[in-house]
Amino acid sequence: MSFRRISAMFLRHTYLYRHSFTRLIEIVYWPLLDLLLWGFVSVYITKLTSEGQTAPNFLAIFLGALILWDILFRSQQGISVSFLEEVWARNFLNLFVSPLTIGEYIVSLMLVSLFKVVVVFLVSSLLAWLLYSFNLFIIGIYLLPFMINLIILGWSIGLLTTAFILRFGQQAEVLAWGIAFLFQPVSAVFYPLSVLPDFLQVAARFVPASYVFEGMRAVIMGQSFPAGYLVRAMTLNLIYLILVLLFFFRMFKAVRVKGLLVHMGE
Amino acid sequence: MRPEGSPVLEVNKLSKSFNSFRAVKEVSFELYRGEILGLLGPNGAGKTTIIHMLLGLTLPTSGEIRIFGLNPEKSRQREKILGRMNFSSTYVALPYSLKVRESLMVFAGLYGVKKPRQKIDALIEQFDLKDSANKAVRTLSSGQMTRLNLAKAFINDPEILLLDEPTASLDPDIADRTRNYLIEVKKIKNMAILYTSHNMKEMEAISDHLLFLHHGEIIARGTPAEVVRQFRSENLEEVFLKIAREVEV
Repeated sequence: MSFRRISAMFLRHTYLYRHSFTRLIEIVYWPLLDLLLWGFVSVYITKLTSEGQTAPNFLAIFLGALILWDILFRSQQGISVSFLEEVWARNFLNLFVSPLTIGEYIVSLMLVSLFKVVVVFLVSSLLAWLLYSFNLFIIGIYLLPFMINLIILGWSIGLLTTAFILRFGQQAEVLAWGIAFLFQPVSAVFYPLSVLPDFLQVAARFVPASYVFEGMRAVIMGQSFPAGYLVRAMTLNLIYLILVLLFFFRMFKAVRVKGLLVHMGE
Repeated sequence: MRPEGSPVLEVNKLSKSFNSFRAVKEVSFELYRGEILGLLGPNGAGKTTIIHMLLGLTLPTSGEIRIFGLNPEKSRQREKILGRMNFSSTYVALPYSLKVRESLMVFAGLYGVKKPRQKIDALIEQFDLKDSANKAVRTLSSGQMTRLNLAKAFINDPEILLLDEPTASLDPDIADRTRNYLIEVKKIKNMAILYTSHNMKEMEAISDHLLFLHHGEIIARGTPAEVVRQFRSENLEEVFLKIAREVEV
């Protein structure tokens, strides 16, 4: 065993952290998100027990939330990972020296994302029914607008990530895997919004997914669904999608000015 | 003597700066049908930046580009231009996970090729890719990869072809066959080709006209023989070394 060789390898990895802020952040990012998510889930369950309330159908709430969350996540991945695949294959330039326009490229990514979402949704709903006798379709007529809202939010997050990768290159790749989870604690996926501290409840009002998950829980628990939630979620989603598209096109022009497009995949 | 008629590509006082670094300085040139224009110069001379600006991948700081009389900076015109030209570079690959035929099928779609299967069969034959047609791109040797890149570059029968060091990873036999093919196709199809290479013998053999770039400026232009004479040298290799080593001529 050579201490020099071991320290050389240690150095090789620590150099990466010295040069990349995103890698440095990543060290604490996942533990922090896990802590927040599971912390709030625990608060929710503890609150129910201490207040002597009847336990809701946790199986339906958690499985329904998990399947719907995956729709958002896969929708985002369908955009950012499909984009990254071109970068990794060093094929990116070939695409943009063809008559393909950036608008056409975005639409194609959205279609890929939609395809992934449909497959994930069908497989997970079927498995949930076979393994846990959970039928997601109990959500009924609201399932479709819930899904549409989550897909659009996933597209916005995916395009935002892609814009950052275009501008900052490989060091921003980590966003493709982690950025959606940043919205998870404030989306109140596995617990009601009331569990969150006040300042996070305010933040959650600006996250369309929070209305979807609140709505889902209301429907599963047999309460009437506040239709206003869907309107708010859709309004926010459309605003975010337009802003993200404007940001993406602006970023795309900026990388052409800076000559960064040609370095994609290097 | 350069070919007659109006140029298919015109570059007028083209410049590109990256912050305070001027990569390309007021470069002007034309490319005609039926001509291979060689762009050469040491690393960092600005060759690749010029090609990227012609393709619209990098936006110029100043100057003007006209391709088929159209402006590539305007998105609708860029779309029309790119449908009539193509590009190949040793440093750009095709999707690794796709098979050779699938990969070409994607590009046939992007370029709107009619009867894509027939076109792809012809290209596979032309570029000696028959044995690897149903193999994944990732399994190809660097020579096969370069041939596939060239096949992709011919998918839309381009009127202008931009080639960035296309023979860099080919063995001498395949490189020679590729050069001969390019010369032949240029004649038959009256194609305009812009070509970069660090192989000076290749540049001498293939180019009808040369532009010698150094520090982002054109310092010499003419036929290979004229450029060699201009620098009082024996061949292009000697010219290149003189320029790269900043020898006064």
